[in-house]
Amino acid sequence: MMTTSSIAKEENISQLKPLQQETICPTAKMQAINVDAWFGQKQILKTVSLTVKPNTVTAIIGPSGCGKSTFLRCFNRMHELVPNSKMTGKILLDGKNIYDRQMDPVQIRRRVGMVFQKPNPFPTMNIYDNVAAGLRLTGAKKDTNLDDIVKRSLEQATLWDEVKDDLKKPGTSISGGQQQRLCIARAIALQPEVILMDEPCSALDPIATAKIEKLVIELKQDYAVVIVTHNMQQASRVSDYTAFMYLGELVEFDETSKIFENPKNKLTEKYITGEFG
Amino acid sequence: MKLTGDKIFKISATIIATSALAILLITGYTLAVGSVPVIQKFGLNFFFGQQWNPIEGKEVFNILPYVLGTLATSGIALLIGVPLSLGIAVFLVEMAPKSLSVPISYLVELLSAVPSVIYGLWGLFIFQFWMRDYIQIPLTKYLGWIPLFSSSQSSLNIFTAGAILAIMIIPTIASISKEVISAVPNSIREGAYSIGATKWEVIHRWVLSYGRSGIFGAIILGLGRAVGETMAVAMLIGNAIGPVAMPISLFQPGQTMASLIANGFLDTTRGSLASSTYIGVGLTLLFISLIINVGAHVVMTRVFKVKGGAVE
Amino acid sequence: MINSYGFRKFKNRFFFIICAMCVVIAVVPLASILFEVVTRGAPQLSLTFLTATASRGGIGPAIQGTLILIGLTSLIGVPLGVLSGIYLSEFGNNKYAQSVRAINNILTQFPSIIVGITAYGIIVITLRSFSAIAGVVALAFIMIPIITRTTEESLKLIPNSIREASLALGAHKWRTTLSVVLPSAKSGLATGVLLAVARIAGETAPLILTIAGSRYFFQGLNKQMAALPLEIWKNSLQSSPTLQAQGWGAALVLILVVLSINIAVRLVSRSRMKT
Repeated sequence: MMTTSSIAKEENISQLKPLQQETICPTAKMQAINVDAWFGQKQILKTVSLTVKPNTVTAIIGPSGCGKSTFLRCFNRMHELVPNSKMTGKILLDGKNIYDRQMDPVQIRRRVGMVFQKPNPFPTMNIYDNVAAGLRLTGAKKDTNLDDIVKRSLEQATLWDEVKDDLKKPGTSISGGQQQRLCIARAIALQPEVILMDEPCSALDPIATAKIEKLVIELKQDYAVVIVTHNMQQASRVSDYTAFMYLGELVEFDETSKIFENPKNKLTEKYITGEFG
Repeated sequence: MKLTGDKIFKISATIIATSALAILLITGYTLAVGSVPVIQKFGLNFFFGQQWNPIEGKEVFNILPYVLGTLATSGIALLIGVPLSLGIAVFLVEMAPKSLSVPISYLVELLSAVPSVIYGLWGLFIFQFWMRDYIQIPLTKYLGWIPLFSSSQSSLNIFTAGAILAIMIIPTIASISKEVISAVPNSIREGAYSIGATKWEVIHRWVLSYGRSGIFGAIILGLGRAVGETMAVAMLIGNAIGPVAMPISLFQPGQTMASLIANGFLDTTRGSLASSTYIGVGLTLLFISLIINVGAHVVMTRVFKVKGGAVE
Repeated sequence: MINSYGFRKFKNRFFFIICAMCVVIAVVPLASILFEVVTRGAPQLSLTFLTATASRGGIGPAIQGTLILIGLTSLIGVPLGVLSGIYLSEFGNNKYAQSVRAINNILTQFPSIIVGITAYGIIVITLRSFSAIAGVVALAFIMIPIITRTTEESLKLIPNSIREASLALGAHKWRTTLSVVLPSAKSGLATGVLLAVARIAGETAPLILTIAGSRYFFQGLNKQMAALPLEIWKNSLQSSPTLQAQGWGAALVLILVVLSINIAVRLVSRSRMKT
């Protein structure tokens, strides 16, 4: 097996990259255009562009440290929360750049929900409040249809039947897989347009993983889903489009079937055949 | 049994480590023995009476005003000091860039290095006049008809003492709260941001709520410091004695247990009933302070055992 | 009630300003204290002021008294504190040690005036006179728990591999502790000792009940003695501006000692962390 560094030497990946996207794609739900990102002096993303179509699942794969999580966090402006982080380029949501001056990250994040690598339900809140937390921020009270929204969100996250009698229990009292679905319900409750998932199954066992994967496929009926994963089987099972990233650059982006069956790029081929990673 | 070097070493270290226990026991014993005469003489009235008369033959020493005075000044200190300390802790951890938060936390810690007597000196010559001009005079002018704000002429009073205590407990509460807030897992903040919370909402609804028991412990430690603080209070509280020291108004001279001892002890003759009285006050203070500090210890060990990471 | 977005944004700004103001409110007293102590105290400083007795307008006895207190208290407090710390760190995995640790923690938070009464009760009453030695005992009671704690903390930072390396060479535990573990922790120990010295140098309340102040230079361990904090306290209550000014001068000397120890310790420990 070859080491990653020798691969990098062997192939000059910048030359193999697809042409950079400059044009705005009118059918896209979200579109990243020439995104660069840094932590301090270290450049994490190098001119990455990507289109997310509505009602699809887009997977971002690549070896760890390739910048895929950072890229994902640029889509809802979570990247800028890290001290010393920097980002340039555009990310469009319905054709409008979310990094424009008049756009507010707080409102962007309600339209672009996120699910994290480790399930992170709020430990000080019960299951019901975990789902309702986002709505309560804008002043929703009991008398609105909060109960309905919580129920619907939990149902959509396929968690309702398991927790409907325990809504007053702490959000951290359920199993890891249930916690992750609770976090999905928490994101859904805000009725976002896009859901970002950052390796949502990496902390889960195979059965819980299968449930989440099934859920991801169901979710695309209502949302555009972007999922980061280091698990290529998972990408091929759940996604319609797949982007392969390596060392901060987007190497190849295409329909999932093409990426896995007929990759254009040598590096992509080597990665999906497991030669490195 | 053969005594090896290691055994001697261990035994002597053990014996010496007992010094902590010894200090506590000696303190308790000395104070208990010393206060026997005065408690025998006045019984429960010692704690619950208000009278004070040092004239020989007519001696009466009751300490309720000073117990209440201690509660009043500590209460004021917490009311002012806790919000300030939490604001500082939140600012340092959640808001300020590192280049600012490091020097500021350093300055706040310096506040705790300044000796109490220097706070007292500064209070006597500068701070009491700030209090008089910016708080006491405006408040009594408009709200003076409420007993709580009725004024004596002096700015050496319960409120000034409580305010200086507030400054003095800031480093304690702020630095512990800072560690508590830093220990809140980042995943909680990220989760809250991801559902569209503003920074203040993240702090207020998630971070402070997650850290509440640790912050509670920090507040109790601050209370412990306020209750036992002596010099600055003794110099600024106005040294009232007897029933007039009952804390009714914020702006009247008062007395705490600790300040009573500092202000009055030198004038007593050894072995007199008065000197036993001061020791009895010390015993009462020991008791209150033990309860507070044991409470703080229990809270803090639980907080940092559950959540991992060591403070204190 | 709808929590409008504009209102949420306003709250966000508002509390940012509030928190920043909390910092300012806390720093103002510190700045004012330092400013006043320096501007009012500096004009006092002179060789006479630092060395002469009160009758000649100096604080010599107070400086001498404080140095004696620091020296004698450290003589008792440092070895006892360090050994207790060694016990807690090296033998401290049992119930007894846990309770010692808890009591010690509580003692570090104790009101110092109570310690003063204790020293009064056991020494002043026995000797029938206020005395330097009573002050030393009181301050030692304050110092021992502090040094115990800092010693334990700095010894615990020493990795176990260092202890094991020494034990593996056949060294006894006492040798290992005294000649390997302690020296590796020496800067942590020194930090703890210095901070404890800074703390007792400024202690006032226990001294009122023990050494009680004096107008003269040191006269013996069983006699009353002067000290800087007492000098500040007594002068601050005088109505004479000259005496008050002397109080500020004494405060400047005390704060220079206390703060320079604190700042030095902080600088040293920060550079240690960086490397």
